[in-house]
Amino acid sequence: MKAIRTRAGLSFRLDVRTTAVVTLLLVAALAASVVLIGTGDFEIPAADVVRTLLGDGDAGQEFIINDLRLPRVLVGLLVGAALGLGGALFQSIARNPLGSPDVLGLGQGSTAGALTMIVLFQGSAVEVAGGALVGGLVTGAAIYLLAWKRGVHGYRLVLVGIGVSAFITAVNSYLLTKADFVDAARAVVWMTGSLNGRDWDQVWPLLALCAVLVPLVLVYGRPLRMLEMGDDVANALGVRVERTRAVLLLASVLLTAAATAAAGPVSFVALTAPQLARRLTRSPGPNLMPAMFMGAALLIVADLASQRAFGADQLPVGVVTGVLGGVYLLWLLVTQRKAGRI
Amino acid sequence: MLVDSPPEPRAETAPAPPERRAIRSIGLLVSVAVLLLVFLASIAVGAKSLSMDQVWHGLFHDSGTYADVVVGERLSRSLLGLLAGIALGLSGAVLQALTRNPLADPGLLGINLGASAAVVSAFSFFGVTSLSGYVWFAFFGAALVGVLLYILGGARGATPVRLALAGTAISAALYGYVQAVMITDGAALNKMRFWTVGSLASASMDTIQQVLPFLAVGIVLALGLARPLNAMAMGDDTARALGAHLTRTRALSMAAATLLCGAATAACGPIVFVGLMVPHIVRSFTGPDMRWILPYAAVLSPVLLLGADVVGRVVARPSELQVGIVTAVIGAPVFIFLVRRRKLAQL
Repeated sequence: MKAIRTRAGLSFRLDVRTTAVVTLLLVAALAASVVLIGTGDFEIPAADVVRTLLGDGDAGQEFIINDLRLPRVLVGLLVGAALGLGGALFQSIARNPLGSPDVLGLGQGSTAGALTMIVLFQGSAVEVAGGALVGGLVTGAAIYLLAWKRGVHGYRLVLVGIGVSAFITAVNSYLLTKADFVDAARAVVWMTGSLNGRDWDQVWPLLALCAVLVPLVLVYGRPLRMLEMGDDVANALGVRVERTRAVLLLASVLLTAAATAAAGPVSFVALTAPQLARRLTRSPGPNLMPAMFMGAALLIVADLASQRAFGADQLPVGVVTGVLGGVYLLWLLVTQRKAGRI
Repeated sequence: MLVDSPPEPRAETAPAPPERRAIRSIGLLVSVAVLLLVFLASIAVGAKSLSMDQVWHGLFHDSGTYADVVVGERLSRSLLGLLAGIALGLSGAVLQALTRNPLADPGLLGINLGASAAVVSAFSFFGVTSLSGYVWFAFFGAALVGVLLYILGGARGATPVRLALAGTAISAALYGYVQAVMITDGAALNKMRFWTVGSLASASMDTIQQVLPFLAVGIVLALGLARPLNAMAMGDDTARALGAHLTRTRALSMAAATLLCGAATAACGPIVFVGLMVPHIVRSFTGPDMRWILPYAAVLSPVLLLGADVVGRVVARPSELQVGIVTAVIGAPVFIFLVRRRKLAQL
């Protein structure tokens, strides 16, 4: 931690390690994106990718990159960032490392919406995405309202979320056993989370939403650190507990639901990214920025690994994020125990 | 800091006043009576309803009539429900106390997924299709995750948060594996989508005999852990000062939870939520004393499971709903209602 003062008398604190981690994660995500854009049936060297992205490539490569691969990578980056940030918010508000959106039923809510469209209406991709968005938002509202009782207490929120999650999971299982085989296979692929076939139609809404929500969350998230000390302490320190929590929860639900609508419920990014980020920055508090970049990097690296190892479009990215994030978290847990840190 | 809810000092683990103990004992007896009734109902109710006379005849004077055969079939199913219920309730209660995390349950800590991963491998790579074959796979998978959890998060120098996180990480990795196999192997997907719901319908006396020894050891272990777990609830340092053996308690708790959950999952598939919900409900009227939580959880979990199974057979006659679906659909609203109404005893 370093204090920086400018001549004008303005001063702010800079956490050197956190800044370094954020920078590294950003670089890693961008580098992986460039490699990912070059990966596929038609391999493009990284230098050509960068040149084309800067607007100076030949027409063939421009088509492949700008129309086919760039939107997919952008969706991946945005979805990862949204899930990482949403997860960090939820875990901080719930004060529980297991209290992420997928555990509390938001993912299941989106899945219920999407399954309804797939199984009952055989809906198109856009309709499925719409169903997922509505499902996620409705579930978020239901959890908040059910947990409301003169304010929303973090602990009650988590338990109510678990209940709602169990209920919706049961409904989803029922829908899945009632589906015929073709619909079931489609549903399972959707439920894993995949970036296949994503284009600019998915990028713009997600980008707009992130452009609004990310700054809002980063500004509004400052009192989160005080909220983590408990409602009473935060109140005494001058935080408007209920309002802050409501705004941040709404933002988190929106981020998660939009990400899920775009790519399906990519599992475990929201759960592992904040924990991975915490372990890298070794800083207490919600670690919002690091979690966001960690989510983006995790998703892109997972997609890259999946395409390199199994060929294009074979294995949905959601499969690999789970394995990658899980194994990485295990490794961190093991090495940090040896180093005497927890 | 993201921590589990801090252990709060409390007087509850001191001996309760005599009148409260009497009430709790009576409550436990009433619960056992309810369990007995639900068990009988589970034999009587179904696509063909039987009278209590017929149930009695089938249980004790089996002479091979049609009704007696039905009773025999349903008896194994009800016994499995009873055993699985006890196992899930106890393992949930033990894991929540051990991790000091109200969200811990076999599902969230990855033990269920260990079983799922082993079963999907059995379907896909070893061509195992019979229940008696993949029971062992499921059990092996659950046990492996249990050992891994213990090594990573439960051994020396561990904290409850680490254990919970290790469980999360293992779940994440295994979930990816299960999904990958299901996506690449259509036949395995078709079997798994029914197995993962959790059902008592495929119960047979053979299955019960296979898992019974593990369940018995697990139940005895879990019930014997009440006192050390009470001490651990006060935090590691206090527990050590009180003379609790932390490492041994952790090892035994993990062993008990794995045995119970592994055997139950092997026999009926991953039935989630029972192990999470019942200990919460029990804590809301017993307080944090594990000596009451464990017996109550052991009695009330099978009530929920068997009750849900009966309802599942009635609502969709002559077909039926899997018990995993019904437990959640019935249990979740009750759970949410309780969470809202009471100030739940925090861990």
